[in-house]
Amino acid sequence: MSLFLVQSLNGLQFGILLFLIAAGLTLVFGVMGFINLAHGVQYMIGAYLTFMFFQWTTNFFIALLLGMIVALIIGLACEMFIFRHLYQRNHLDQVLATFGIILFVNELVKVIWGPSSLILPPPEIFSWSFEIIEGLRYPIYRLVVIAVGITVAVGLYFAVFKTRVGMLVRAGATNPEMVSALGVDIKRLFMIVFGFGTMLAGFAGAIAAPMFSLEPNMGDDLLITVFVVIIIGGIGSIRGAFIAAVLIGLLDTLGRAVTTDILRLFFDPSTANQIGPALSSMLIYILMAVVLFFKPEGLFPVHRAG
Amino acid sequence: MEVAVSQFRSICQNRSLIFGLGILFLLALTPYWSQIFGGSYVVSLVVKAMIFAIASLSLNLLIGYGGLVSFGHAAFLGLGSYVTGILITEGVTDALIILPMVLAVSGLFALITGAISLRTSGVYFIMITLAFGQMLFFSLSSLANYGGDDGLTLWDTATFFGTTFFEYDGGLFYAVLIILTLCWGFVSLLSGSRFGRVLRAAKQNKLRVETMGFKTFQYQLLAYVISGMIAGIAGFLFACQAEFVSPAIATWQRSGDLIIMVVLGGMATRNGPLLGALFFILVEEGLSLVLHEWRLIFGPLLVVIVLFANGGLVELLRRLGIRE
Amino acid sequence: MRKFLSTTAAAIALAFTTVPVANAADLKVGLVLTLSGPPGALGKQAEDGFNLAVEKLGGSLGGANTTVVVVDDELKPDVALTRVKSLLERDDVDIVVGTIFSNMLAAIYKPVIKADKILISPNAGPSTFAGEKCHPNFFVTSYQNNQNFEALGKYAQDNGVKRVFMLAPNYQAGRDAMNGFKKYFKGDIADEVFTPLGHKDFSAEIAQIATSKSDAVFTFMPGGMGVRFVKQFDEAGLSDKMTFLSAFTVDETTLPAQKDAAVGLFGAGTWAPDFDLDRSKDFVSSFEAKYGYVPGSYAMQAYDAALLIDSAVSAVDGDVSNKEGLMAALKEAKFDSMRGTFTFNNNQYPIQDFYLLNIAKRADGKYQTEIAEKILENSGDSFAAECKM
Repeated sequence: MSLFLVQSLNGLQFGILLFLIAAGLTLVFGVMGFINLAHGVQYMIGAYLTFMFFQWTTNFFIALLLGMIVALIIGLACEMFIFRHLYQRNHLDQVLATFGIILFVNELVKVIWGPSSLILPPPEIFSWSFEIIEGLRYPIYRLVVIAVGITVAVGLYFAVFKTRVGMLVRAGATNPEMVSALGVDIKRLFMIVFGFGTMLAGFAGAIAAPMFSLEPNMGDDLLITVFVVIIIGGIGSIRGAFIAAVLIGLLDTLGRAVTTDILRLFFDPSTANQIGPALSSMLIYILMAVVLFFKPEGLFPVHRAG
Repeated sequence: MEVAVSQFRSICQNRSLIFGLGILFLLALTPYWSQIFGGSYVVSLVVKAMIFAIASLSLNLLIGYGGLVSFGHAAFLGLGSYVTGILITEGVTDALIILPMVLAVSGLFALITGAISLRTSGVYFIMITLAFGQMLFFSLSSLANYGGDDGLTLWDTATFFGTTFFEYDGGLFYAVLIILTLCWGFVSLLSGSRFGRVLRAAKQNKLRVETMGFKTFQYQLLAYVISGMIAGIAGFLFACQAEFVSPAIATWQRSGDLIIMVVLGGMATRNGPLLGALFFILVEEGLSLVLHEWRLIFGPLLVVIVLFANGGLVELLRRLGIRE
Repeated sequence: MRKFLSTTAAAIALAFTTVPVANAADLKVGLVLTLSGPPGALGKQAEDGFNLAVEKLGGSLGGANTTVVVVDDELKPDVALTRVKSLLERDDVDIVVGTIFSNMLAAIYKPVIKADKILISPNAGPSTFAGEKCHPNFFVTSYQNNQNFEALGKYAQDNGVKRVFMLAPNYQAGRDAMNGFKKYFKGDIADEVFTPLGHKDFSAEIAQIATSKSDAVFTFMPGGMGVRFVKQFDEAGLSDKMTFLSAFTVDETTLPAQKDAAVGLFGAGTWAPDFDLDRSKDFVSSFEAKYGYVPGSYAMQAYDAALLIDSAVSAVDGDVSNKEGLMAALKEAKFDSMRGTFTFNNNQYPIQDFYLLNIAKRADGKYQTEIAEKILENSGDSFAAECKM
């Protein structure tokens, strides 16, 4: 039973991480209608910048702060020089351009920091582990990540639903033309949304780095999972992104742990070993197909007016 | 007689048709002009580009004309390759058996996944096709009997009426060229036909088309199935060229590459997929000869093309003065 | 914008037109290695190892002036195919040395063999070409993929390990690892878990390991996966509680990141930088002096491949066109391997010793593997019997 709790904790933590990345992406997509494939490299840039500043300052928190600021600047620069010109274009042109950026940034990171995996240690005060169940120590840092993620989620909820800017963002998601007609500077609004989304992705990369490792292309596979999250959740919905992210985190983690075992009840061990891992990788896609079958616009779709 | 002459005139005046035929003609001469550029290595590169062009043509039918962005199209390449690979490994090498099987399997997969996917639209359609593509990829990777993700070397090759038509050292170059030309012509005809017009209208305004009495779902599903089958043929040709099949041909990155080729070339144009595939393969390879870190140039190149040429390479060539 | 496009176009056209000039009495070797992405670290080791050997031999192997052309397979089979064709048709190489990964080898195998060129693998050793499909043109200077895992299984069996938890990535090499281990190990297997390739978060698997009551964990986690798994395993406090038996998980490509987390864990292999042989120690110090990092098995195997070619070309007095003589000489393998004596089995995969490896921190702060004890002596692979050569 306690193993199940530990696995659920692991699933929750993965889900929270997915949420941090998905939140920015769903906002940008929902408000600006912009498909940003480069969101994955923004996650990576946040991690590498924090790593770099940590080499200079040896203080995790200062490195994180500096990393976020630079990641934000880079994100805004991309927005101003490249993305801004693509909002009116069709989604595929956006896909093409952001794909080009992915190629370039992944290669650049490899050239600057090398192809090998790098390690960023967690901050000193969070670098100890405690015995969660007999024989297994659990790093406290992971709990910190969960706590931080939930705090951000709550903060985001307040920002979007209880502030004026948040209201403009929600209005912009439903009807940008009307918002613009009401005299709001839509360009600045978009820039704020984009910058914030970028920073959130970079932040996710930076706090995930001490748990995993840093390597070029680290954002690419996560990106696909994040897209699945925002589709299941409903594009433009923060609430949807949170619920979908946690759902996927749990499904993926728990699913992996039990699928092969369940298959062993029906098949012989070697067949189960063959099908099991493939099936558990497919679980989140199967979930997405099922959700879309019943709710073709996701769980909590944001309805665009007009 | 006059009708024939005027039809011939209208063909001559159709610039894109001439341009496309021109490209195909140049491709046909590859074995000759490639001597300057490095011989049979360039020929094999062009064969690869042409096979990708066939796949891109099929995807253009969906994306360009149908407005249906499939992010799982590489699954058909995988299906085509693996049907071929498995049949050859099991001793069946007659192309007259393999090709119909490829068409049947690709068509069936397209029918089932298309019927489900077309219930959604927009970005949801993109994601659900991605999901199906991923499922196929993971399934292929777990085929341990056929190499799994190590892939499967094909020790025999497909025969065509007993000849080496589909063998790389035999007639594969011309086989691919002929199939490319046929597909190019077919997609061209299809887009201009009544079927194509309904499809394109549905892309613009589905509701209006439905009120006119057309069941858009059927048209779109048919387009999806045709597209899948053509891509399956491309998969067959890949297997013939490489004499090796592997799940790597069905990854989402590959599906992305195909979308890139279609968009890069110019969507909903006759020659866009040709240009897109040729550009992507040849430039990628050429740059890699110059620089190991070729992506540092290729990436920005794509961005530049998108920003300055709204309509892909076809549009770019037009702007640079080469009439299309 | 026009300028940018036309310059790029010109550069590419030039690249294609520039066909390398062939000299007489030349030896051309083409290396097909993975140089892209994180696995590129392994390809780089092989490239550096091979080039070091050529440099030490004065730029000629066996007396023939040697040109080395390196291409990147990008871990994509169709790219590997195109690049190997460029080596065979454009550069007209005599010998192809490649690849790092088994699926890349499978992609280039047929074209090279069909062109009747010699193929030497400095790392990949799949079972596909070790048995029925063995070929006189194909040599392997590393090992057959299962062997390192078989050695670990034998060590576990001989040293009283009762219950093992097995973990590998879900791809062919991972499955080979599991099968190899089970060849000699007859104890209790708690579970056989396959993780996705590129898996980031092992917390679920580690939780399973911790509650499995196993006394050892067996794993094969190459590259970034190894870095993450070892780190998370250590954080969970399991390094002290269980014996960690692995191959290619704690090696010179992952140790720089794993650092202290890897100390106390075991690897397996045919060699380590501290191997007690003068010429091996000389190789390690020259390598470090030139490239600035500790060479691992990938570098050593590529170095040996170069020395192998050197010995064979010498035997035919530099006459590279004498293919039969060359292949016969290659099979004899009369060269000074960094592993001591080196012989080929009938299937042209090596017969060699396998060791348990320790992880140690050196005085200069760098980490390396070290020989702990010999597990298998003069061991050949399990597929040689099926090869008719």
